[in-house]
Amino acid sequence: MHLAAHFPGVNSTTVWTDPRSRSQIEFSSFEHLARTAERGRFDFFFLAEGLRLREHRGRIHDLDVVGRPESITLLNALAAVTDRLGLAATVNATFNEPYELARRLATLDHLSGGRAAWNVVTSSDAFTGENFRRGGYLDRADRYTRAAEFVATARELWDSWSPDGSPSPFAHTGPHFDIAGEFTVPRSPQGHPVVIQAGDSDEGREFAASSADVIFTRHGTLDAGRAFYADTKRRLAKYGREPSELKIMPGVSYVLGDTAADAQERAAVIREQQVSPQNAILALEQIWGRDLSSYDPDGPLPEVDPDPGSDVVQGRVGVADPQAVAAKWRALSREKGLSIRQTVIETTGRQSFIGTPEAVAAELHEFVRADAADGFVLVPHLTPGGLDDFVDRVVPLLQERGVFRTEYSGPTLRSHLGLAEPVWKG
Amino acid sequence: MPVPRPLHLAAEIGGRPRYDAGHYTRLALLAERGNLDFITLDDSFARPGPDALAVLARVAPGTGRIGLVPAVTTTHTEPFHVSSAVATLDWVSRGRAGWRTAVSDTAAEAALFGRRDAAPHDELWHEAGEVADVAARLWDSWDDDAEIRDVATGRFIDRDRLHYTDFTGRTFSVRGPAIVPRPPQGHPVTVVDGTGAAARETAVRHADVVLVRAEDPVTARTCREEIRNRAAAHGRSPDQLRVLVSLPVELHTGADAVGLARLIADWYEQDAADGFHLIPADVERDLPLIVDGTVPVLQHHCLLRRFYPGATLREHLGLARPAGRYAARSPGGRHAPSAAGRYAQNPGGRP
Ligand SMILES: Cc1cc2nc3c(=O)[nH]c(=O)nc-3n(C[C@H](O)[C@H](O)[C@H](O)COP(=O)(O)O)c2cc1C
Repeated sequence: MHLAAHFPGVNSTTVWTDPRSRSQIEFSSFEHLARTAERGRFDFFFLAEGLRLREHRGRIHDLDVVGRPESITLLNALAAVTDRLGLAATVNATFNEPYELARRLATLDHLSGGRAAWNVVTSSDAFTGENFRRGGYLDRADRYTRAAEFVATARELWDSWSPDGSPSPFAHTGPHFDIAGEFTVPRSPQGHPVVIQAGDSDEGREFAASSADVIFTRHGTLDAGRAFYADTKRRLAKYGREPSELKIMPGVSYVLGDTAADAQERAAVIREQQVSPQNAILALEQIWGRDLSSYDPDGPLPEVDPDPGSDVVQGRVGVADPQAVAAKWRALSREKGLSIRQTVIETTGRQSFIGTPEAVAAELHEFVRADAADGFVLVPHLTPGGLDDFVDRVVPLLQERGVFRTEYSGPTLRSHLGLAEPVWKG
Repeated sequence: MPVPRPLHLAAEIGGRPRYDAGHYTRLALLAERGNLDFITLDDSFARPGPDALAVLARVAPGTGRIGLVPAVTTTHTEPFHVSSAVATLDWVSRGRAGWRTAVSDTAAEAALFGRRDAAPHDELWHEAGEVADVAARLWDSWDDDAEIRDVATGRFIDRDRLHYTDFTGRTFSVRGPAIVPRPPQGHPVTVVDGTGAAARETAVRHADVVLVRAEDPVTARTCREEIRNRAAAHGRSPDQLRVLVSLPVELHTGADAVGLARLIADWYEQDAADGFHLIPADVERDLPLIVDGTVPVLQHHCLLRRFYPGATLREHLGLARPAGRYAARSPGGRHAPSAAGRYAQNPGGRP
């Protein structure tokens, strides 16, 4: 089983109102979580990315955690306070250029002794583009052809130094990039940084099957996980790859308790913290595409229908069919007699493992045995102590079961993930 | 007798390309033992070597006081990313970041990116100035107290304390606000080598520290005066500017180190500069001689301090922490606390 730690932030999973919640930006917070993950022998530490502050109804979103450091710079600093932990940066393929990013990633890989990973994301609306030279917009198909060519080009650059340390010039010509010269960084201790993909469309899955080492996915339930797992692993053969060459890691959260009931109670409290009254209305507005600020979060769902032409949300992927979602929410609310806030609580959570440490360890193991995942990206709800109890109470049980390492077997992230060093294609 | 104004000392730690973190950390710790204000690390896309900002981020947690100033080029990069990375260096070093603004002027560098042709120096430095400008605006785009964590209203930040930059330059535009909250120093320190004419124009407008090359103290003094006057003409306070002479050094013996101390003292007493940026011919040989030979002599003559009086690079340089430009303008503009004060009051960073 593979385990990664997601730094909590910039989504409503993160509970900042808890008295134990500390700074979301100071280095000490990142250091604590990374050291905890390494103490738990995790595969890697993961940072998400956002390139423009989200907006809601034309104003900066202010209800969730807002603001974060730049990933690669932060991970270089974390490399100084950890020894083995993999360091994964989410970096957009649309608003970067291969030469510069390949160099920054190769530098991180050297300075960390072969622990770097790149989570390739493609979110690229015109809204985000307003912060960049490129500006503008790429449609989904172009986003993924650019991402695929980007990764291929980065690998050409990383391969332009032979394993024995001699450079040769590179030249790449393609639809998106036409570049040539000499790369400045030798091949790193793990050959290439690990490539992670996050994105769920058919194009995204194809890209992952052709180019990624790991998929970070949202499909965290057993059934959805199994379907996604089967689908993506099936796609590998066409690229001449083995199922073991692509690790599937859903993002999941967890809540521990001394008894099952205790855990459920805690989980309910956490959900209430995550979905504040203000956040409940906001979630509703994101579906309905309307100003619903006059509604009572403890009252019933609005009678009015969603606005089909709305652009209420900026900076995050919207729902495809708001009418359908609204219908589903109404049915649920009627059936169970739920208020707005209770409906949002019921419908918006991500996959959570809730129970005693024994139950959570058993369930995680079951997911891996059932081919629903190769491991998990744990998304704690607290900064920075959100993984302390997992590492203290669940990891030892996974180790007892023999499904999780007790010591790192090698120095590099590739060795943790059981991925071969890429063959040099000089 | 105390000196009228402190002497600032910095050193370049680059040289033959190295890719192991330990090498750079050892040099940084050595410079810190010598109480130097900051180290610089040169960079360019055109020759072998790691990304300088990454190296100094890697060095940050293992050091405590030394300022960290990587070269960052502005020609082929995204201004938004540059601003975020420098701000993050400031966060991970707890207020010790700077950046030396640089440009890429060769066709070879342009070919690495394939986005635009090589351009003349004037244009590149104009753009570098725009990048420095927008970086500072992005650092100011969050007021210091934007994070409010107001449970009653459910708000993590006060969006009225966040500001769009809406900057449009000749080759790029940036809407803002930043993703990274305002860094501990407010503005990380901007360093520009103002030796060339085009670079000097950018330096007098945007730099906190201007590096100049000069063959003799009289030339250096003239340079410093010119830079201060031109900065003042742009409405800046010349006293919030440091001019350091970049001095290539090659030391082989303790006697050479003492000779360097004499030269520094001599130039300094002639008002040639606010300090010196030493560029060793061989950093592994020369830096120990600077720290163990040159520095003690300067300290003995009370020209150089024996400890760091503050925590941030701005404090080492005696530069004020700038107030956010947008915060100052907003009605009832809030007072920006000093970085040091903020840490003392809020060890966990909570308001
Ligand atoms: C689990 C997961 C995590 C993601 N994390 C990020 C992120 O941190 N930053 C970002 O810009 N996009 C992120 N994305 C968005 C994807 O890169 C992609 O743009 C989006 O999913 C739309 O592409 P798709 O239609 O292929 O899913 C994430 C997507 C998924 C599924």
